[in-house]
Amino acid sequence: MAVRKVAPEELQPKSFAFTPETEAFAQAQIAKYPPGRQASAVIPLLWRVQEQHDGWLPQKAIEVVAARLDMPPIRVMEVATFYTMFNLAPVGKYFIQFCGTTPCQLRGAGDIKKVLEARVGEQGHVSDDGIFSWLEVECLGACCNAPMVQINDDYYEDLTTENFEKLLDDLAAGRPVKKGPQNGRHASEPQDAIKTLQDPSLYDGSVIGSWRKRFEEEAVKAADADTEKKS
Amino acid sequence: MTKIIVDGIEVDVPPEFTLLQAAEAAGAEVPRFCFHERLSIAGNCRMCLVEVKGAPKPVASCAWGVRDCRPGPNGEPPEISTKSATVKKAREGVMEFLLINHPLDCPICDQGGQCDLQDQAMAYGVDTSRYEENKRAVPDKYLGPLVKTSMNRCIHCTRCVRFTTEVAGVSDLGAIWRGEDMEITSYLEKAMGSELQANVADLCPVGALTHKPEAFHYRPWELNKTDSVDVVDAVGSSIRVDSRGREVMRILPRVNEAVNEEWITDKARQIVDGLRVQRLDRPFVRENGKLRPATWQEAFGVIASRVKGTAPKKIGAVVGDLAAVEEIYALKLLMQSLGVANIDARQDGAALSPAFGRASYVFNSTIAGIEEADAILIVGSNPRVEASLVNVRIRKRWRAAPLPIALIGEKVDLTYAYEHLGAGPETLAELAAGRHSFVEKLKAAKKPLIIVGQGALSRADGQAILSLAAQLARSVGAVAEGWNGFSILHTAASRVGALDLGFVPGEGGLNAQDMAKGGVDVLFNLGADEIDVAPGAFVIYQGTHGDRGAHRADVILPGAAYTEKSATYVNTEGRVQMANRAAFAPGDAREDWAILRALSDVLGQRLPFDSLNALRAKLYAEYPHFAALDEVAQGDVAKAVEALAAIGGTPGRDAFQSPVKDFYLTNPIARASGVMAECSALARHVRLEAAE
Repeated sequence: MAVRKVAPEELQPKSFAFTPETEAFAQAQIAKYPPGRQASAVIPLLWRVQEQHDGWLPQKAIEVVAARLDMPPIRVMEVATFYTMFNLAPVGKYFIQFCGTTPCQLRGAGDIKKVLEARVGEQGHVSDDGIFSWLEVECLGACCNAPMVQINDDYYEDLTTENFEKLLDDLAAGRPVKKGPQNGRHASEPQDAIKTLQDPSLYDGSVIGSWRKRFEEEAVKAADADTEKKS
Repeated sequence: MTKIIVDGIEVDVPPEFTLLQAAEAAGAEVPRFCFHERLSIAGNCRMCLVEVKGAPKPVASCAWGVRDCRPGPNGEPPEISTKSATVKKAREGVMEFLLINHPLDCPICDQGGQCDLQDQAMAYGVDTSRYEENKRAVPDKYLGPLVKTSMNRCIHCTRCVRFTTEVAGVSDLGAIWRGEDMEITSYLEKAMGSELQANVADLCPVGALTHKPEAFHYRPWELNKTDSVDVVDAVGSSIRVDSRGREVMRILPRVNEAVNEEWITDKARQIVDGLRVQRLDRPFVRENGKLRPATWQEAFGVIASRVKGTAPKKIGAVVGDLAAVEEIYALKLLMQSLGVANIDARQDGAALSPAFGRASYVFNSTIAGIEEADAILIVGSNPRVEASLVNVRIRKRWRAAPLPIALIGEKVDLTYAYEHLGAGPETLAELAAGRHSFVEKLKAAKKPLIIVGQGALSRADGQAILSLAAQLARSVGAVAEGWNGFSILHTAASRVGALDLGFVPGEGGLNAQDMAKGGVDVLFNLGADEIDVAPGAFVIYQGTHGDRGAHRADVILPGAAYTEKSATYVNTEGRVQMANRAAFAPGDAREDWAILRALSDVLGQRLPFDSLNALRAKLYAEYPHFAALDEVAQGDVAKAVEALAAIGGTPGRDAFQSPVKDFYLTNPIARASGVMAECSALARHVRLEAAE
C-alpha cells in the first residue's frame, strides 16, 4: 500500500470554509443520525469536503469538519489517514489511481506504470501543469478488464501503452474521452471468438419481461386449478 | 455466578468476567500488552490468547466473556487452557510478529528492566529472528515536556490513546495511518494538555513513551523503593518514591482503590527535581537586613532571645500546606506551653473550624464514594486543578452513566459535561432557598453530593457560604442513612490533619490573616509560603525551600521535605496516611518535629518526647484516630451539617475563584522545579492561544 504523506506546511491553505452546498450536504448527513451521534457523519463529510477542495483534504478542512461534528481534530485525523481514498496532499486535476495488483500486473500493468512515470513523474507528484498525479493502489475490482486505472470517479480499462498515452493526451487537451474499456469492448464481454449471447433476440428488446410473464402465467394457472378443486 | 474450568481448576466467577479475569481468579497468569483493568478493551495485541475447548482457534482472553463460552456436550462448565502447547505456540507467534519491527535497543532504552515486552519475551520470545527485511522506522513525536517518545518501539497497544481519551478526558492522542504504518501522535504534534499526561508513560508496555525529565538518569534496578503518600494536593495519592543514594530519582503511583486508583498527577510525579534545588540546607539568621548562614545553636539563641522578650499575646504560629501531623502537633504543644493562642493552619483564611465537628471539614462522601453519587453539585471549586484525581473519579462516574452535574464558580473545562449555574454565592443562595431548577434534580437523586471547594471558603464570607451549602445539603437530603453527600474539598495536604489537631486560634487568638497583617511581633511560620507577612514582625521560617516564606524570614530553620521523613498526613477525606523516608534531608536540615523539640529545649519549654515514637505515642493517646492508618474516621455528618446550617449569615456577591491559579506551581517544591516551570509556561501559552 502506498504510503501517503500529509502535505507540507507551504502547501496548506491558511483557511477553509464549507460552501453553502457542502453545508447543506452536511446538515442532511448529520440529520441521518440521532442527536449526539453526529460524529457518524464524518466520512461523508470528509468525502464531500475533498470534492469541494480539488480532491484533497488540507489540515484546515479536517479542523473545520471536526468543529462541525464536535469531534476532537485527532479523531477526524485518524479517519482521514486510515482511509486511503482521502488525499492529504494536493493531487492533479486528473488524479490517476493505477491498479498494480496481480491480475493487472499479469496483463501488462508494468508498461502502464512506465507510461505514468515517464509522463507524470513519480508517484504522488503533481505534474508541473497541475493536470495529472498518480498513485498505485490495490485491486479496484475490474480484473476482467485489466490493466486499468481510475481517473477521478471513472474507470478506464483494457489499457495498452498506446491507448493510455492517447487517453492522457486527450484529457490534457480537454478533448472528450470514452470511459470504460479503451479497446472497443462494451463491458467485460469476451473480446473475440464470441460463443455465447449471440441470439439477436437478446438485443432487440423482445425478451424483456419474459421471465416475469412466465411466472405470472404459472400463477394464473395455479389459481385456476385451485378454484376448480374447490368447486 | 458461572462455573468455568481453567487449566483443570474449576472457578466460580461472575458471568460478566472476561476469560482473562477468570484465568486470574484461577491463579493462572496471562500475558498482555493492550489490556488494562482501568481502560476499555482493545483486543489488538493478541498476546493473551488462550485455548477454549470447542473453539477452532485460540481466542483473545481479554475480549472474550465467560458468558460467551458454550458448555460441554453434557452440560459441563466451559473449559479453557492457558498453558497448553497450542497456547504457547500461538503466543510465541504473536511475540515473533511484535518483534519483527521492535528495535533491539534494550541496552539504551529507559524501559529496560521495567518493560512488559522484555519480560514477556523471556517467556515467549525466541533468540533469533526469521526476518531479514528492514525494520519499520517511525519518526519520534513531540508530546510535551513530560513524555519522551521513541516511536520505533511502539507496538500499537493504544493504551496511551485510551488513557487520555477515557481517564484524562482530553482527546489529545490518536493513532493515525493504518496497519504497519500506524503511528501514535497528537494532532499536529501539539503537547498533551492534561494534568495526568505522564501516566501514559507508565502505561506504555514498551519503551515508546518514557518520562522525559528522567531520561537516562537511572536504571530501575538501582533504585530503593519506598512506599509513601503524595502531598502536592489534599488527595493524598499513594506513591512510591524511588531513590538512589541520597537522591530521590522518581515518584511512581501506587495502586490505592480508595484514593488514586493507579494514577497520579504530573505535579506529584515530576516535582522530583524541585526536591534537589533551592533547598535550605543550613540555618540562616538575618543580620543587617541580610541572611547569613548560622549554626543551629546560633539560630535557636536568636529565637530564644526574641521570644523571651515578647508577650505570648504578641507571638503567633502559622502552618503551611505541606506540614505533617507530627510537626504541627509539636508546634501546637510548644505554643501551648508558651501560652500562645495565636495559632492557625489556614493560611488562605478558609472558614473551616473543628468547632463544628470533624465532618464539617472533610470530604465525607469519600473519594471512592463519588462513584455512588447520582447528582453532583460543585461549589466554588475547579476540581481538575485542585484535586485532579477527584475530578478523575467524577469523570469515571459520569462515564459509567451520565448524571446531573452542576457547578457554581468559574466556568472551566472539567472534562465532563456539567451545568454552569452561576459564578457566585447568590446562585448558591437561590439553590438553598429552593428557587432554582437544579434543586429538583438534587432532591430527586437518591445520593446527591455537594462538594464545597476552597474557592468558596477562603474568603471573608466563607462561613456564610459554608452555612448556605449546609442548608442546601439539609434541604435536598444529602445526608441520610448510609450516604454522606456533604463534602469539603481541600487543596492543602496539611489542612485536615491540622484541623484534627485543633490548630486554629484559641480563646482570643488571632487568625493567620490578622497575624500576617502585623497582629504579632514574633511569627513562627511552619512552611507557609502562600501568605504575605507584613513588615515589622520577627519571622521564624521552618521549611524546606528558599521560597517566599524564607525570603521574608529573620531566622530560617531548614526542615525535611515529605520524602525525607516519616510523617503522617491526613487527606481531604480524613484518611490518615503515612509518608516514609526515602532519602535524607540535605546538609544540616533535620526532621521538623526534631527541630521543634530542640527549639523547645532552648526556649525552656522542653516537649515531652525524645523520639518520633514517643511523639506518636502521645499523639495517639490524645487523638486516637491518627493511629488508624489508611482509615477514615467518619464523623457525625448530620450533626455537623445541622451545626453549619445554623450559623447563617449573608454572603457577599463576589464570584468564586479557585485558589489554584497555576496548577503546576502551587507549593514551594513545585516552584523550585524546572520541569514544573516548563509545564506551567506551556500551559500558560496554551491558555493564551485559547483566549485569542
